[in-house]
Amino acid sequence: MDIFIQQVVSGLATGGIYASVALALVMIYQATDVVNFAQGEMAMFATYICWSLLNAGVPYWGAFLATLGIAFAGGVVIERVVIRPVENAPILSIVIVTLGLLVICNSLAGWIWTYVQKPFPSPFPSTPFKVGEIILGAHDLGQIGITLLVLLCIYLFFRFTPLGLAMRAAAQNPLSSRLVGIRVGWMLALGWGLAAVFGAVAGMMVAPILTLEPNLMGGVQIYAFAAATLGGFTSPGGAVLGGFIVGVVENLVGTYVGFIGTELKFTVALAMIIVVLLVRPTGLFGSSLVKRV
Amino acid sequence: MSALLEVQDLEAFYGRTKALHGVSFSMVPGGITTILGANGAGKTTTLRAISRMVRTAGTIRFEGRPLDHRATEDVVQLGIAHAPEGRGTFVHLTVEENLRLGAWGRRDKRGLEGDFERVFGYFPVLRERRRQMAGTLSGGEQQMLAVARALMLRPRLLLLDEPSLGLAPLVVREIFRILRAVNQETGVSILLVEQNAVQALDLADHVFLLETGRVVMQGPSEVLRRDDAIRRAYLGY
Repeated sequence: MDIFIQQVVSGLATGGIYASVALALVMIYQATDVVNFAQGEMAMFATYICWSLLNAGVPYWGAFLATLGIAFAGGVVIERVVIRPVENAPILSIVIVTLGLLVICNSLAGWIWTYVQKPFPSPFPSTPFKVGEIILGAHDLGQIGITLLVLLCIYLFFRFTPLGLAMRAAAQNPLSSRLVGIRVGWMLALGWGLAAVFGAVAGMMVAPILTLEPNLMGGVQIYAFAAATLGGFTSPGGAVLGGFIVGVVENLVGTYVGFIGTELKFTVALAMIIVVLLVRPTGLFGSSLVKRV
Repeated sequence: MSALLEVQDLEAFYGRTKALHGVSFSMVPGGITTILGANGAGKTTTLRAISRMVRTAGTIRFEGRPLDHRATEDVVQLGIAHAPEGRGTFVHLTVEENLRLGAWGRRDKRGLEGDFERVFGYFPVLRERRRQMAGTLSGGEQQMLAVARALMLRPRLLLLDEPSLGLAPLVVREIFRILRAVNQETGVSILLVEQNAVQALDLADHVFLLETGRVVMQGPSEVLRRDDAIRRAYLGY
């Protein structure tokens, strides 16, 4: 039982990472109908920026916040410079552009910071908590806390601020949004900025566990796809819940199903994607997309 | 009196297809003008040209200022609200959020609560449905919401694209009654596009008749109502 609870908690911790990246994917998907394959790599790049700041002697939380700011600006600039010109191109062209971004981010990181793995600090103490017989990692708990805090902030932002409302409107109905005076193009750019922020949080939280290297987010991105597929690409809340579910299931299956272990854990995510697509293509909370022809 | 809206030799294009062939007209402040015409005559295109949603040639001036090189978002800021064809409802947002968005293009955000009260005064049903998703409203209610959303801008010119489309006659009459009240009480000018000529002629004080992208007839509505050609083609008696 103790092991079970420990595994669930650490599943929730990694699930939070998947949830953040999945939310980033869903946000961009909802606004532009495009899946940003470079989401994970952008997050990895942001994590390297944080590493550089830390190396330059900036205290952790200062570097953390500065990275969020830089990631936001980076997301906005990428949308304006790279995505905007292909905005009206066929979906496939935009997908190819995001794949190009993926490769560019990855090789640029390798070129600047090399492919040697780097230790990345956790802001949380390394001594585990003991609740009765259950041992909980402080980083796991902190990671869950940070994820929930970010989710809460973004919920409040979208639910209660005029800008959040305008961004939702722009994603839903660009034409009507322009007719009430919303600058839809900028709303999309802000969306990319926010998505980059979620990614950066995920990157900085996962790097202490996986150690920092240019392929840091490759696996996370696949899990995030599984999470978004499970929850539904049209439902931000669903994507978040999907993230936590994928994290927990992945951990429990790895622990209890003997032949899977850590080697085949990855396959679990892919299996989940396929099962969801076969059984319920819209995901748990997604609504089916009805397009008028 | 100087013109509120002045349109001269307006041409509009969808790709290479020309939809308007030199439309000219003007509106005085405070009036209700209606554009009549069959499907494809260019009624909607005329409104879209004013809101800068199609490529155009010719000039459009609003309160003396040219609109030609402005973006849609900037036209809104001048005080032109457009309730588009198909109502443009934000279906996944609540009625209240829809209305809040209507005021987005307004520089002066003071008195927003008063504006809510004002539009709820015109459309009491929207007050009841305030927290409901706009997509769950009936067609008539969504049309009321479209007008209410446009009014939240405190516009000086209201562009309405077929507010009667797909609605029961009783609902249409109700909406037109409210439009008249809005016009009289707030002094907002209305440019109305309609296929429902009977109602539109009752409401409007000035009428333009569009045929295949050209103004073929215009004048005060009492005069045009008595015109034989109009009567046969649009009023059906």
